[in-house]
Amino acid sequence: MITIQKYIRVQSLEEAWELNQKKNNRILGGMLWLKMGRANVNTAIDLCDLGLEKIEESDDAFSIGTSVTLRQLEMHKGLNTYTCGAVREALSSIVGVQFRNMATIGGSIWGRFGFSDVLTVFLTMDCYVELYKGGIVPLPDFAVMKRDRDLLVRLIVKKTPAKFVYTSMRNQRTDFPVLACGVGYVNDEYRVSVGARPGQAMLLRDTDGILANGISLSASDAFAAFAAEAIPTGSNVRASAAYRTHLIRVLVSRALTELGGL
Amino acid sequence: MEITLMLNGKKITANVEADTILLDFLRSKGCLSVKRGCETSGCGLCTVLMDGKPILSCSTLAVRADGHEIFTLEGLRDEASDFVDFIADQGADQCGFCNPGMVMNTIALLRENPDPTDDQIRAFLAGNLCRCSGYDGQLRGIRNYLNSRNI
Amino acid sequence: MEHQEYKSVNRSVRKKDAMQLLLGSPVYTDDVTPDDALVVKILRSPHANAIVEKIDTATAKKVPGVVDIYTWEDVPQTRFAIAGQTYPEPSPYDRLIIDRHVRFVGDVVAIVAAETEKAALKAMKLIKADYTVLEAVLDFRSAKDNAVLVHPEDDWFPPCEVGGDPKRNLVASEVDAAGDVDAVLADCDIVLDRTYHTKAFNQTMMETFRTYTSFDRYGRLHVVASTQIVFHTRRILSRALGIPKSRIRVEKPRIGGGFGAKQTAVCEVYPAFVTLKTGRPAKLIYTREESQIAGSPRHEMEVRVRLGADKDGKIRALDLYTLSNTGAYGEHGPTTVGLSGHKSIPLYTGSLEAYRFGYDVVYTNLQAAGAYRGYGATQGIFAVESIVSELAEKIGMDPTEIRDRNMIREGMVMPAYYGETANACALDRCMEHCRQIFDWENKYPVRDMGNGKVRCAGVAMAMQGSCISNVDVGSATIKLSEDGTYNLIIGAADMGTGCDTILAQMAAECMECDVDDIAVFGADTDVSPYDSGSYASSTTYITGKAVEKACGDLKKRICTIAAEMLGCTAEETVFGGDCVQQRDKDESVSLTDIAYKAQVGNTTAVEATVTHTSPISPPPFMVGMVEIELDKLTGQVTILDYMAVVDCGIPINPALARIQAEGGIVQGIGHTLMENVTYDAKGKPIESSFMQYKIPTRLDMGRLTVEFENSFEPTGPFGAKSIGEIVINTPAPAIAHAVYRATGVWHRELPITPEKIAMSRPDSE
Repeated sequence: MITIQKYIRVQSLEEAWELNQKKNNRILGGMLWLKMGRANVNTAIDLCDLGLEKIEESDDAFSIGTSVTLRQLEMHKGLNTYTCGAVREALSSIVGVQFRNMATIGGSIWGRFGFSDVLTVFLTMDCYVELYKGGIVPLPDFAVMKRDRDLLVRLIVKKTPAKFVYTSMRNQRTDFPVLACGVGYVNDEYRVSVGARPGQAMLLRDTDGILANGISLSASDAFAAFAAEAIPTGSNVRASAAYRTHLIRVLVSRALTELGGL
Repeated sequence: MEITLMLNGKKITANVEADTILLDFLRSKGCLSVKRGCETSGCGLCTVLMDGKPILSCSTLAVRADGHEIFTLEGLRDEASDFVDFIADQGADQCGFCNPGMVMNTIALLRENPDPTDDQIRAFLAGNLCRCSGYDGQLRGIRNYLNSRNI
Repeated sequence: MEHQEYKSVNRSVRKKDAMQLLLGSPVYTDDVTPDDALVVKILRSPHANAIVEKIDTATAKKVPGVVDIYTWEDVPQTRFAIAGQTYPEPSPYDRLIIDRHVRFVGDVVAIVAAETEKAALKAMKLIKADYTVLEAVLDFRSAKDNAVLVHPEDDWFPPCEVGGDPKRNLVASEVDAAGDVDAVLADCDIVLDRTYHTKAFNQTMMETFRTYTSFDRYGRLHVVASTQIVFHTRRILSRALGIPKSRIRVEKPRIGGGFGAKQTAVCEVYPAFVTLKTGRPAKLIYTREESQIAGSPRHEMEVRVRLGADKDGKIRALDLYTLSNTGAYGEHGPTTVGLSGHKSIPLYTGSLEAYRFGYDVVYTNLQAAGAYRGYGATQGIFAVESIVSELAEKIGMDPTEIRDRNMIREGMVMPAYYGETANACALDRCMEHCRQIFDWENKYPVRDMGNGKVRCAGVAMAMQGSCISNVDVGSATIKLSEDGTYNLIIGAADMGTGCDTILAQMAAECMECDVDDIAVFGADTDVSPYDSGSYASSTTYITGKAVEKACGDLKKRICTIAAEMLGCTAEETVFGGDCVQQRDKDESVSLTDIAYKAQVGNTTAVEATVTHTSPISPPPFMVGMVEIELDKLTGQVTILDYMAVVDCGIPINPALARIQAEGGIVQGIGHTLMENVTYDAKGKPIESSFMQYKIPTRLDMGRLTVEFENSFEPTGPFGAKSIGEIVINTPAPAIAHAVYRATGVWHRELPITPEKIAMSRPDSE
């Protein structure tokens, strides 16, 4: 059971950042994972007064505040039109509506969880995080950055011309994925992201030009084989590494085929 | 810490600790419909409405409700009565322990989407586990309610 | 079959407590008991097999708010069993409240009583226990005659002789047979020899185990528990605590689900002990994790079946051997295993010439198993129904036809079912009915849907019992109130199933009144007439018959008083519901007037208590058919349709019977496809929360269709048999069959996960 000594609704990002420099203080996201731990928290830092619960859409980008919930993303028309429904597909299997009304994009992305559908789907996009001290960082770089005590302020998705497909395999419909797979065709570049390996999602680009002539059934299969080779998998209670590697072949191939409209 | 919130339409002020869980706080205020079924935010039994949105009160700090409006089933019995009659007719209440959470989430569903399809009902209520009924009776009840309303 | 028109039974009456439950009334243990009770928490063993050498609670006791902490040194040394069974229990007395020898990860090491949960949790962290860790028995296949003994103690005691021997890690062992199985098998055209394995599935009722205890105004121990078995609990507590039963009262409020889990006194003894020691009210609420790791789940079983048949599909012999894993303690071990043979083999009475059924029940250093809906039948039926489908597929015969050819039919004597006769059996009609509504002819062939997906179907039959014959006892008290309404008082436990309502329906039918005129109360050892409790599918059949008989008795008493008022003999009166008439005359007295008369100068009690038992346990029967879509590449199974036709005799409340069936089917789907039970190398359970133990959501179960084929059971109330347990038995074999149709692979171990499906290759043979 988590214990918390103090709770503060900060009035500025600076105040949040200052408080967050202490080891025993924690920024609250949706609190869903935090609550399950056994942390002894000194000060819980709530960002709810900072107006970061909005999705702002401009001509060239979506700016998603750190406190935006997964449910807001799932229901956002503009974002789902831009992502061809991939965001909705990625988020709608996560536990339940109540859970998604609480889980925040900031909490999900900051956590860089291995099982994350959220990280997996956004990795396929032309996407950046805005860190309070660290500035704007491409999401793939952030995903592998050393964990520090900075603040995630917002997620920025550029409206680069693109198409997306998302798919996942689950043992039970609202469970963590056994494997998650997002594919995107962004600025004439194929991006394939594979999560729940069960390690953190990895982004793969078509470095070998397998898809250089566009998507065909055989090119999809070939790229899927390349992905299965390139992306390491592991075993946990939900599945073995061998099955996950098998799933990479299946899901990547199917997602690319769908992306290609075949 | 002192918090002030609207609970079932009434303004209340209370002293809570920083780590008091909203579920426990609500039960201490007599809202005994709110149940705990797990420790892993996965069963939906503790569902309440915060500013109209269904949330898991087991995973919410009471202090985060400060300045907000909370409804539990105790405050929404009239709204619930409209459709729970139809679930009762199916016998789908069964042990009843999951009912308040399921009813609260159904209220949220029907406010957001007054005329849902069966698949939309299943998807919206997916986070509400039930071990007795096999779910179909709950669905039939809600469907019969919607049909009775549409006539 | 009788076609009597009923007014109250065989009707879908709304459950009496439906609106209370749907509108969130405070009716459960934690809602109806005070909050200022001591919080009881249990420190649990991190080791699967260990001796507590030293335990230091001094620091922990200094935590502000901690009232006391108890260890093995503080508890009585009388061994007991917590299985809710009729005395003398078949389950061995192998427990202490706290044993120095801890036998599974989760076994009790210390009991903490504190003013607040926070204080109790803090104290738990400060208790220092030193263990000598022993080698553990973690594989039930090597438990028998293992050098490591789970119960080496000398005071292990079996109240019944069931073939147990703790020096061999054996809880029970038996062989039963009829005919010469080996000779018939040797004579068969085809002999299949297969082994099936099912896991220790958890009931996961939404309300975890919980108990509140206090001393009442008479200084007696008052226990409010979420239990199916108030009377057994009283007896168990009396032995465990060493106090007379007259000093204990056990009652149950509404129960948030049980499914058999609460047929074992899993947690009652701990707060009761705290109350005895401190004199203060105490409450223990199990976390979900505790319910998962220290509850009372299904017995893991491995069932080896040898089936002998003619080449045209006549099933001539069945030879079963079941190995059952009871875990660290023996609750329900000797009894569940029996059903794995006795409630699977009789399905094929039709052509069977010989059978043999042997079993061993073994101890291991894993969570103790208990009673779970189906109670062994589920495991045996998975094995027998699977091997029959294997036979059908092997000889190229339609699997429904092979069942038509061999199934039990009405009037047959069932040698494997204690020689009972199937008085009421509509299994043949269930099969025909299900084939029709399911469209078996068109759904059975494998259909390629493209993109690696296929659709196909599977089938299974099932049976269960309606009580434990010659053992279960049900009673009912019915009494008249002055406004002409009745109180029905029972000791059976409505755990959400609706037994309060269906028993009231029976009473209303007998007393010719509205169901609303019957107020039901249960269950409370101080108030209720004795009832063994709600388990073994017995409430409708046994307690229901007691209700019917009690009503008959009460009617006679009412007529006696009316006769006095009318100035005639009781024989000359006719009970008419709201009045009693003098036969062949216009004279009558109203029920209200009779009730008032009963309160003035009267010596005839207007209440009746009747106790009932049964020498037989008529089986309900069922057919289930499933259509799945299987993704051959990912291994994902999507249930499209599950259709079932059930023969539960005459359903007293068709709506509630249907929900029972639907709920049982979905539990069965969960066990078959997603609920897994695994341990790490040291015996620590992995699926210890809802995050890891995944039960079906409403997106995982497809469309359900449940219909009935009535039979009339002459010994049941209004022709009824049972419904509560049988409904969980068909999904595993039916789905495994469908998966075979799609993939060519028989999966003989549950759950059949997508990984197993995707990564298996078709059998070579």
